[in-house]
Amino acid sequence: MQSFQDIIFTLKRYWADRGCIIQEPYDVEVGAGTMCPETFLRVLGPHPYRVAYVQPSRRPADGRYGDNPNRLFKHSQLQVILKPTPDDVIEQYLGSLEAIGIDLRKHDIKFEEDNWEAPTLGAWGIGWQVMLDGLEITQFTYFQQCGGIDLDLVPAEITYGLERLTAFLQVKDSVYDIEWTKGFSYADVRYRDELQYSVYNFEAADIPTLWKLFDLHEGEAARLLKLYDPKAADKKRFPLLPTYDHVLKCSNLFNTLDSRGAISVTERVGIIQRVRKIAVGVAQAWADQQQEVAQ
Amino acid sequence: MSLPFLLEIGTEEIPDWMIPDALEELRLLFVTHPAWRMPPNPKMDATPRRLVLRAEGLPTRQEDSEERVMGPAKSAPAQAVAGFARKQGVRPEDLAVESTPKGEYYCYTRKVEGRRTKDILGEALPGMILQRSIFPKTMYWTDKKGPRFIRPIRWIVALLGEEIVPFEIAGVHSGALTSGHRRLGAREIAVTSADYEQRLRDHYVILSAEQRREKIRKELAGVRIKPDPALLETLVYITEYPTAITGSFDAQFLELPEEVLVTVMRHHQKYFSVEDEHGKLAAQFVAVMNIPADPEGFVRRGNERVLRARFNDARFFWEADRKKTLAARKADLAHVTFQAKLGTYLEKTGRVVELVKELGGDADAARAAELLKCDLTTELVKEFTELQGVVGGLYARADGEPQAVWQAVYDHYKPESMDDAIPRGRTGQLVSLADKLDTLRGCFRVGMIPSGSRDPFALRRAAQGVVRILVEGKLELPLLDQLEGHQELIHFFADRVRFYFKDHRGFAYDEVNACMASGWSNLVDLEARLLRVQALRPTPDFEPLAASFKRIRNILSQADWQAEAPAPLDPALLEPGPERDLYEEYRRIAGQPIEHVISKLRPKVDLFFDKVLVNAPDARVRQNRLALLHTLLAEFSPIADFSEIVTHS
Repeated sequence: MQSFQDIIFTLKRYWADRGCIIQEPYDVEVGAGTMCPETFLRVLGPHPYRVAYVQPSRRPADGRYGDNPNRLFKHSQLQVILKPTPDDVIEQYLGSLEAIGIDLRKHDIKFEEDNWEAPTLGAWGIGWQVMLDGLEITQFTYFQQCGGIDLDLVPAEITYGLERLTAFLQVKDSVYDIEWTKGFSYADVRYRDELQYSVYNFEAADIPTLWKLFDLHEGEAARLLKLYDPKAADKKRFPLLPTYDHVLKCSNLFNTLDSRGAISVTERVGIIQRVRKIAVGVAQAWADQQQEVAQ
Repeated sequence: MSLPFLLEIGTEEIPDWMIPDALEELRLLFVTHPAWRMPPNPKMDATPRRLVLRAEGLPTRQEDSEERVMGPAKSAPAQAVAGFARKQGVRPEDLAVESTPKGEYYCYTRKVEGRRTKDILGEALPGMILQRSIFPKTMYWTDKKGPRFIRPIRWIVALLGEEIVPFEIAGVHSGALTSGHRRLGAREIAVTSADYEQRLRDHYVILSAEQRREKIRKELAGVRIKPDPALLETLVYITEYPTAITGSFDAQFLELPEEVLVTVMRHHQKYFSVEDEHGKLAAQFVAVMNIPADPEGFVRRGNERVLRARFNDARFFWEADRKKTLAARKADLAHVTFQAKLGTYLEKTGRVVELVKELGGDADAARAAELLKCDLTTELVKEFTELQGVVGGLYARADGEPQAVWQAVYDHYKPESMDDAIPRGRTGQLVSLADKLDTLRGCFRVGMIPSGSRDPFALRRAAQGVVRILVEGKLELPLLDQLEGHQELIHFFADRVRFYFKDHRGFAYDEVNACMASGWSNLVDLEARLLRVQALRPTPDFEPLAASFKRIRNILSQADWQAEAPAPLDPALLEPGPERDLYEEYRRIAGQPIEHVISKLRPKVDLFFDKVLVNAPDARVRQNRLALLHTLLAEFSPIADFSEIVTHS
């Protein structure tokens, strides 16, 4: 039986063999692999890029105190970005499934329409959810816009749900029962996170403190963005990546406040707008930063 | 000579629901191309990965034609004539001379060779294929200046007879190579227009949607499935080689509400649900896979596990929600916005409770109105939004609410379409009415009025629902009293009423206009009058009488007759003969149903118009005659304004 980490090794090797940079997870908390700078910023601009990384993705509202066999506060996504998209991208993707031992002549694979949209990132794309014997295992998206900007080269984004895929391969009904590596189950490694973060996100987080943090990070991002000058000769050294970290902090705080029940439906739209404003601001500055200063 | 033509646009997986319309659009673009002398009649086919057009009997080339070019006048200098000839590529002596009304002119008849169909197609196809009208949504996949299509185009087959029709889209060159099933077929398969379909079949692609549909149907024949034509179509267009398999689930899940189980199977997993011989849900399902067989049971077991997980989730939500009664959730509605300008669902609930009482609802109705929106805070509705209302009803039942109450909550979004039933029972009807009327009044009050195809709050459907509940529930409530004198809302409803009776119930438009002109606040009464007018219409006296009523209306309006303050009729002024006869007849029939009197009245009216001059010289006589006509018109106006009836005489 392939362990959770065996599957990750195999997939990383597979994409490394196809010219991808293998990155480690981003070190700021995110809700999805898409939000990492390796995706969100790298898809912008005219430069080809290929990267794969496993990103722990936090969804505070999806936490279930470790009680639900299929829902996790934090799950692991394998994120692959191929920019520009190779013509045989789907063949390559199907090959990756075969690489981890799925005989696709004996399994039912379907591509069901599922377009993706992230309003807080001003990003959207066209694609599918990939179903394997009725189980959604991958989100496949052709990015069209990011930060409100039409993309120069269309990247394919392939996002594997690693826990689900492993549960499928190991024939386990609960993600907690999957074998991380010999002698250690997923529950051994992750159960405490699930329990404690559920308690924090649903019960213990101090709402005024989180709002204060949100305001601070938003303020810092906005302050920096105001200082960015597209005409500056040394604009390449402007700290947009650190600015973006503050955007990510805001996004995670928003999700935590939301799971804490601190955001009413009416407020919601306004908060999404605030995050979107700084996210789009960074994306636009980043796109500009890639270009030489006009003479 | 004529040739077969084969076009296959090979793509990545196209959303199933877009395929039939896309094929039709592509067919239209092809047959209306101006190059055809005889429009071809192509056969269209598709799978998720290919759109295919096949036409028989295309000409190899257009027919040759002639074009006459007029040159200089015969009297023109020789130089000019030579110049014209040179331009046409002939010698001056090859030119003809033609006499026209303006004199004699040189001319030349040029032969225009018909273009090769191959060239015409090669030029036209890229534009046709990339027409934005084919798909409702498109993407680019190379770069932002690249072409747009529904999904990336990966190969193109274009064969006219044996020859490739050459063209290129986004770097893909047309050729004679198709592609088989993603995993069971070859990636490149050489085809001719003759062997194309069979070659695909050899590589596990059933080209014809009809054959895929039949294959699924045949495989379903042994199982008692809940019929679901829309799901069948989805499965036909999401597979290239469909095969149905039956799976089962633990019967203990049958304790969960059937509505939830069916929704999981239908909407989330695209499974058919199965019934036992009593029509009750069985612990089985049918999935359709995109491969021919599952000998080792991998696909069946995989789907069973997914379904088990989904059902476990549903049970988790069901049990979590049940920790709190539906009624105890009401306060939480203060945190759920109905619409930014219209406040929260808690406020809406308060309004609906008041309104349902005003409409005559009893204590059950008021209770149902209170619980109506409480399911919006449940986990189950957050997971299965399409089940809102239904879930509330199920929880209300589980909480022990009376049947009238839980059914009213369960049904309150009904009718969701013209084919859907209205809520069962009076309580449900009143609650549903109150909810819809509140939404409509609120939205119109804050200016959210549907225009054209923009109707984000589905207000047309809500108003249509109100009309259907009132009529089909036989609720004699004065609708206009509920519209707060809002003119736009009144017009909006008038349109819905007209649509309902005309398009849904099949009444003639003039009958609807005639009856609505006599009032439409009580829709039950309107329906009764429409039925009477409809029944009267084929009788021999109806149309002539309607024509006379129109005449009366015209006379009265020309005479500026003031209906509000009519001069009283003075019988003493009536002239003996047809005028007095008509009056006497009117006296006899007044107050009787029109059906009984129409045959007696009509000859008197006819005779009156035949013999009597309404516009009498004596003003008093004239006024009196107008008063007589007005009285007659008024007698039947509570049923309909018959002058609205379109007559053929």
